[in-house]
Amino acid sequence: MSVPASLRSSVSTAVALLLLAALALVPLAAEVFEDPFLLTLFTRIVILALAAVSLNLILGYGGLVSFGHAAFIGVGGYSIGILAKHGMYAAWIQWPVALLMSALFSLLIGLLSLRTRGIFFIMITLALSQLVYYLANGAYAYGGDDGLTILKRTDFGGLINLSHRPSFYYLCWALLVLSLFLTHRLVNSRFGMVLRGAKSNDRRMAAIGFPVLRYRLTAFVIAGTVCGLAGALLATHTDFISPAMIHWTRSGDMIVMVVLGGMGSLFGPLFGAVSFLALEEILSSYTEYWKLVFGPLLVLVVLFARGGIDGALGRGHGGILLGIIGGFFLLHGVHLVYGDDWAIPGALLLGCVALVGLVHWLRRHAKSGDKP
Amino acid sequence: MPSARTAPVTTAISRRVSMLLGAALLASPLALAAMDAAAQPAKKVKIGFVTTLSGPNAAYGQDMKNAVELALDHLGRKMGGIPVEVVYEDDEQKPEVGKQKTEKLLQRDKVDFVAGYIWSNVLLASYKPVVDSNTFLISANAGPSQLAGEQCSPYFFAASWQNDQPHMGVGELLNQKGAKRAYLVAPNYAAGQDGVNGVKTLFKGEVVGQDMTKWPDQLDFSAEISKIRAAKPDGVYVFFPGRWGVQFLTQYAQAGLKKDIPLYSAFTVDAVTLKLQKDVALDTYLAMTWGPDLPFAANQKFVDGFKKKHGDTPTFYASQSYDAINLIASGVAATKGNLKDKAAMRKALEAAKFDSVRGPFKFGNNHFPISNIYQQEVYKTADGGYDLRTINTVLTAHQDLHAPKCKM
Amino acid sequence: MTLLIFEQFLNGLQIGLLLFLLAAGLTLVFGIMDMVNLAHGSLYMMGAYFAAVFVQWTDSFVLGAILALPAGMLLGVATEYVALRSLYARDHLDQVLATFGLILFFNELARLIFGAGGMAIELPALLAGQIEILPGLPYPTYRFAIIAAGLLCAGFLFLLVQKTRLGMLIRAGASNREMVGALGVDIKLLFTLVFGLGSALAALAGLMAGPISTVQIGMGDNVLILCFVVIVIGGLGSIRGAFVAAVLVGVLETMGRAFLPNILGSFLNPSEAGTLAQALSSMLVYILMAGVLVLRPAGLFPAPGR
Repeated sequence: MSVPASLRSSVSTAVALLLLAALALVPLAAEVFEDPFLLTLFTRIVILALAAVSLNLILGYGGLVSFGHAAFIGVGGYSIGILAKHGMYAAWIQWPVALLMSALFSLLIGLLSLRTRGIFFIMITLALSQLVYYLANGAYAYGGDDGLTILKRTDFGGLINLSHRPSFYYLCWALLVLSLFLTHRLVNSRFGMVLRGAKSNDRRMAAIGFPVLRYRLTAFVIAGTVCGLAGALLATHTDFISPAMIHWTRSGDMIVMVVLGGMGSLFGPLFGAVSFLALEEILSSYTEYWKLVFGPLLVLVVLFARGGIDGALGRGHGGILLGIIGGFFLLHGVHLVYGDDWAIPGALLLGCVALVGLVHWLRRHAKSGDKP
Repeated sequence: MPSARTAPVTTAISRRVSMLLGAALLASPLALAAMDAAAQPAKKVKIGFVTTLSGPNAAYGQDMKNAVELALDHLGRKMGGIPVEVVYEDDEQKPEVGKQKTEKLLQRDKVDFVAGYIWSNVLLASYKPVVDSNTFLISANAGPSQLAGEQCSPYFFAASWQNDQPHMGVGELLNQKGAKRAYLVAPNYAAGQDGVNGVKTLFKGEVVGQDMTKWPDQLDFSAEISKIRAAKPDGVYVFFPGRWGVQFLTQYAQAGLKKDIPLYSAFTVDAVTLKLQKDVALDTYLAMTWGPDLPFAANQKFVDGFKKKHGDTPTFYASQSYDAINLIASGVAATKGNLKDKAAMRKALEAAKFDSVRGPFKFGNNHFPISNIYQQEVYKTADGGYDLRTINTVLTAHQDLHAPKCKM
Repeated sequence: MTLLIFEQFLNGLQIGLLLFLLAAGLTLVFGIMDMVNLAHGSLYMMGAYFAAVFVQWTDSFVLGAILALPAGMLLGVATEYVALRSLYARDHLDQVLATFGLILFFNELARLIFGAGGMAIELPALLAGQIEILPGLPYPTYRFAIIAAGLLCAGFLFLLVQKTRLGMLIRAGASNREMVGALGVDIKLLFTLVFGLGSALAALAGLMAGPISTVQIGMGDNVLILCFVVIVIGGLGSIRGAFVAAVLVGVLETMGRAFLPNILGSFLNPSEAGTLAQALSSMLVYILMAGVLVLRPAGLFPAPGR
């Protein structure tokens, strides 16, 4: 590795902290540039990043490929929606119920699925989340397939007004930061050591005398509960719940976020969620066929960039990476300003970025040539 | 994996610099977006149009988009002398995506009107932010009962129908054809439930069987068709929009039931599905609020223009989109382009002074149309294609049942 | 009533056999290459599209079907060569992700090439009618043909796996991959062959489903989930297991849809019963899978040595 381990994590940490700081400035930017949609977009990004952080705990650190994590988004969201439908808006009812229900569901799903391993685990989590999906689909009293509009947001009794968009955004942001901090503490604790140990060799961990299943179940429940929290936030953000929240492709999207960002690294899911959703937003503004580009991109990431964004930062490709991302955004900006005549300035810009990247790359390789 | 080597300090520094540069670049689209927003001319009517432009049902979204473009052509791309711009967004048939695109239209594009929406669930998800921001919302298809009843809004208008209405037409049609025993099949979601209930409100005979099929991904209707055969009804009512309509009708014909038990449907046969249904849709009974052959001047202009411009017969989705744009145009013209005067705009839209493809057009108290429902059938055209024609009027000046629940 | 039950059983069997054709390819690929291929559903879809195009082009159902099979197989082999080959050595997560990407790609590609409206495959007059299989029970000829073709394929696969050298290698590969390679078998060729076989089976399922369910973008996505349920219940890598599980799932789902509303209707009001029966019969298959996995974590017929 070109960067020592300590520095590697610090590069990633520095970028992540910068990103978090930038995220904190979003409401300000939306205000200054008179573009409230920016806030809407980033609220969604921050909430899904929180969900990705929770998935990372079991997928990245625990090695448990859950293909049904969207179920917990649904459970959290539906808890809020159903209580609101019955006129219970108080935060001290809604939130504890949402968290408790998510914990219960994840306990149940975990108990059933953690007995299996490998591909069977992937499939049984998928099957169980399909069950939740059909449950929501059949829940006529709560809109069935049509979903349910939440007419009034959670009432925190004057503590915080969730209908005030920046306040809600900062709440989500704070919860994201908190979840990152807690994940950091958790994975570096004894508990996290066992979890990570079981990922590489669960038989050995069991032989040493750790009840691996119980550790995994605990991690599963924590992840499910945090994801349920994200679901509650998402339902509040969209003022709406529907079975589409639980569709299996949503679970797939969440895995993509975690892997794209770099699984088993603290900030990976944050990078992943931000880049995945920004990419989706930008690509889809160019063409309805954006998945034609996105699909192969995913294949390429899996084939050639296993560590995801976090891994690239760690290997010292951070400059190149940010160059690519920055160039991409700049190109998009050019498109916004020049409209349909964006091709020429866009190509010029892309050329410049590519040139800088090439020089950068050549310099690195010229240097590394000195020391075989 | 790259080989292990140690990085010279200089590259580490240059990496830092490039990272800072990258961070600066990240911020740039914000600035550029702001310039974009400021660069707009003030005098312009902006309409956001949300429909499904990708996935299995993209054909309908495209059809609606074509109709909007045609309406703009016919208007000379001006409403009340003011240039019009339509921003299209793809909802991917997902409520959450639809809602986000709607918010984008409201917050970034700052549109004056929002229109479109094929699916009830997408409309329901997107409804609140639009009417909460006092922007007029015109549905070009979806007509869920909630919005016709308790959740009605001064800012919401439907250029289409309320979900139940065509189904109630089918119920009456069953009576008129003398059916005593009917079998009902519909997908197991809210619109399907509405459909079955709509038929039951007017049908006077006995419902001998009812199946709610798995939605949205049932592969095969053989189980239901076998049950229909065993129940021996006088008529079968189905509601299967889009691709599901093709599947059900094909399988019904393959089972040999079509010649024995007449098939009644609403929303199940349209110009897009007809291309696939062909013969299997012949000799079935359909009820709808609009047909391509309705003898109104505006309708002829629309259908002929559509065929000429896009080479296809328009669907009812298209007809409603065309009406939606003309409804907006009538409002803009009546308020002389003063889009800020919401009260006047509401009055103008309620008056609905435009030439609808459905002939005389009148809104009820809940801003849903009071509409005729026609019986239609499929026939083979001279050039070997298939088209719909209107047989007679099943229900005249019909208003939906939810209107009394609307207080505004 | 007995007649109706028998008819519903046939309906279930027919759905089950279609599922089996898809699941067989999936389970073979999984068994021998340890590869989770989500894009299998896309091969099914592309097979159906090929059939629709060729049937239109040649104006003959049989010719179209005969052309669609090698086309589907070629596409499968090409996909394997370009994208999937480098994934064999990776873990399941990578495979799930990359093939998830392929699903997105194929769906959009199909929309770009064939348009968004979908296509229909018209049946020849010979298959479009009904035959009376029992007195008083007319059954669609085409569905009967599917049952026959499905059983034929199952028999062929069984013979292939049990009686031929290729089948021996497939079975050996499912039990111990490294050993087969060590014995000097050209593993790469074997993989490609098996993948091609699986793709052809998927294309066959697609072209047979086409006339019933119409050819649509994304038609493979939901079937795929059901197929995974089938191969997990049956035991990964086992053709026999896939067969038993596919028929079980097909019959269970059909019976649930057919009779649950009546059963529940005897003690609930009809509309509630319909809704509940619907939700229940949608879940039935997944409940079966969860049940099987809890009791027999490796499925009903696990491949030996795994």
